[in-house]
Amino acid sequence: MKELHAEFDALRQRFPPQSESSLVLPCLRRIQEERGFVADNDIDELVAYLGVPRMQIEEVLSYYTQLRRAPIGRWHLQACRNVACSMRGAEGVVAQIGERLGIAPGETSEDGRFTLSTVECLGSCGTAPVVVVNETYHENLTPEKLDALIERLRR
Amino acid sequence: MTFPVTADSHTLAAYRARGGYATFEKVVRDMRPEQVTQEVAASGLLGHGGAAFPAGRKWGVIKLNDDQPHYLCSNADEGEPGTFKDRWILENAPHLLVEGMLIAAYALQVRHAFIYIRGEFDLPYRRIAGAVEEAYAAGLLGAPITGSAFVCDMIVYRGAGSYVCGEASGLLTSIEGKKPYPRNRPPRLTVRGLYQRPTVVNNVETLANITGIVRDGAAAFRAVGTAKSPGTQLISISGHVRKPGVYEVEYGYPFAKFLNEDCGGIVGGGKLKCVIPGGISTKVLTAAEIEPLTLDHASVAGAGSGLGSGGMIVIAEGTCMVRLLQVLARFYHHESCGQCTPCREGMGWLHKIVDRIVAGLGEPDDIDRLIAISEANDGTTICGMGDAAGYATVGILAKYRDEFEHWIVHGRSKCGGRLEPQGAEWAIPETVDG
Repeated sequence: MKELHAEFDALRQRFPPQSESSLVLPCLRRIQEERGFVADNDIDELVAYLGVPRMQIEEVLSYYTQLRRAPIGRWHLQACRNVACSMRGAEGVVAQIGERLGIAPGETSEDGRFTLSTVECLGSCGTAPVVVVNETYHENLTPEKLDALIERLRR
Repeated sequence: MTFPVTADSHTLAAYRARGGYATFEKVVRDMRPEQVTQEVAASGLLGHGGAAFPAGRKWGVIKLNDDQPHYLCSNADEGEPGTFKDRWILENAPHLLVEGMLIAAYALQVRHAFIYIRGEFDLPYRRIAGAVEEAYAAGLLGAPITGSAFVCDMIVYRGAGSYVCGEASGLLTSIEGKKPYPRNRPPRLTVRGLYQRPTVVNNVETLANITGIVRDGAAAFRAVGTAKSPGTQLISISGHVRKPGVYEVEYGYPFAKFLNEDCGGIVGGGKLKCVIPGGISTKVLTAAEIEPLTLDHASVAGAGSGLGSGGMIVIAEGTCMVRLLQVLARFYHHESCGQCTPCREGMGWLHKIVDRIVAGLGEPDDIDRLIAISEANDGTTICGMGDAAGYATVGILAKYRDEFEHWIVHGRSKCGGRLEPQGAEWAIPETVDG
């Protein structure tokens, strides 16, 4: 993603000198924002651009749950099922999404529009239950609000 | 640190209108860096991330004239389940954090400061990144402050989904662009932290308190709270409570009064079973145990638990503690970074055993196995996550052993296997935003 290099150069200005290694995570995040995932040639380019070991980039990619090496659905539904959300119906949320879209956690619908994931605490305990769609939080969900949300995404 | 929220309270203009950045400008003009640290130390401000370590003592370790760079990191990774108070600051009062960090950066002679924010936070990220850009445009960051040589750059660094990044050394390793393995101490991070240089890592709420302390003085700060826990704490309360949300509470406030009056008690008129007082890594306290307590570190610690990060989860009568532990065990298993064997393996074993009990396949020795695994973690891992998971597990088993025995013997829950309150649909209509 050479078109991002100008942006990366600007970012680098704010960092302390010789901290190329620190740019691995922000660059990977930005590449994923553009492409939807991080491709093999993105890694090659980043190795060349930052001068960090390929192994380091691979480690970061495999460690952090938000980073991915393959595309997913257009809409990524991430349902929290940690303590506070579970206490306010997270199981029902996951079941309802599964039923409406015909996918289990970890799966993508056949038309490639929806991916369902279960995730851990998102800091929405006071506004539970929560589903994050791509980046956006949908909180205080009820069965009706969840259905309306799925309908909007289907269009 | 009373901060009334308005629709625009996150903007620089609104923050300036309330006197924002006047303290920072006065500090740079009139105070020497060590005077700032002295004031913070005199205030007795405790860290708000969970460990309650005195902020002034942490700052005091930094040697100002040691001819090497120092770093400041604000821990905005807020991932302890039950905790969402820093999110409130980032969304509603981001300039309170930026000004606090600028004052801290001046006190510690920091050229580059970082805000490490968890990757899932969307609006909080946009708000804090927006505030930092506003501060750059206003000449508060990136250029010398008028009449002084002080320059500071501030970088908002986004995580990508990892609980361990909330541990201070894991956070620094993450900023270094690696997987966030925590580090052994000593050396302390204030001696060798980010890029092997002296580094202060403070929680968002801790740094948000700095401006008020420096503006009004340590004595005014100490006038609120208790002698051992001065000031206030943001409590984020959730679970089976009528009015969940973020509340600013003066240390020493009665626990039961807070729950029953301020937060409206239990949903649906139910009864309180127990409370997780400060994030899931603190030990659960029964309804009877919280009765005499006050909301400060000494009082809650006296009952064998902790106020931790202020992430309070309220659990109503009728909730199944076996299912609750299943959720916790799954979380810890998922989030163990895998560096230390007792945690990497132990969390998996805890998870498997609780799953097996819930599947009706529990064995009579399973409860003792859970306790033995938890205790084997204590003190044998680099960071505190393994220990914390063990405390939480032992805490639940010690107080609700009968529920585990019942499930093992009878193959089903003693109380319906529910985590939602009795009789409630999964939406709870009487909830009011706090």
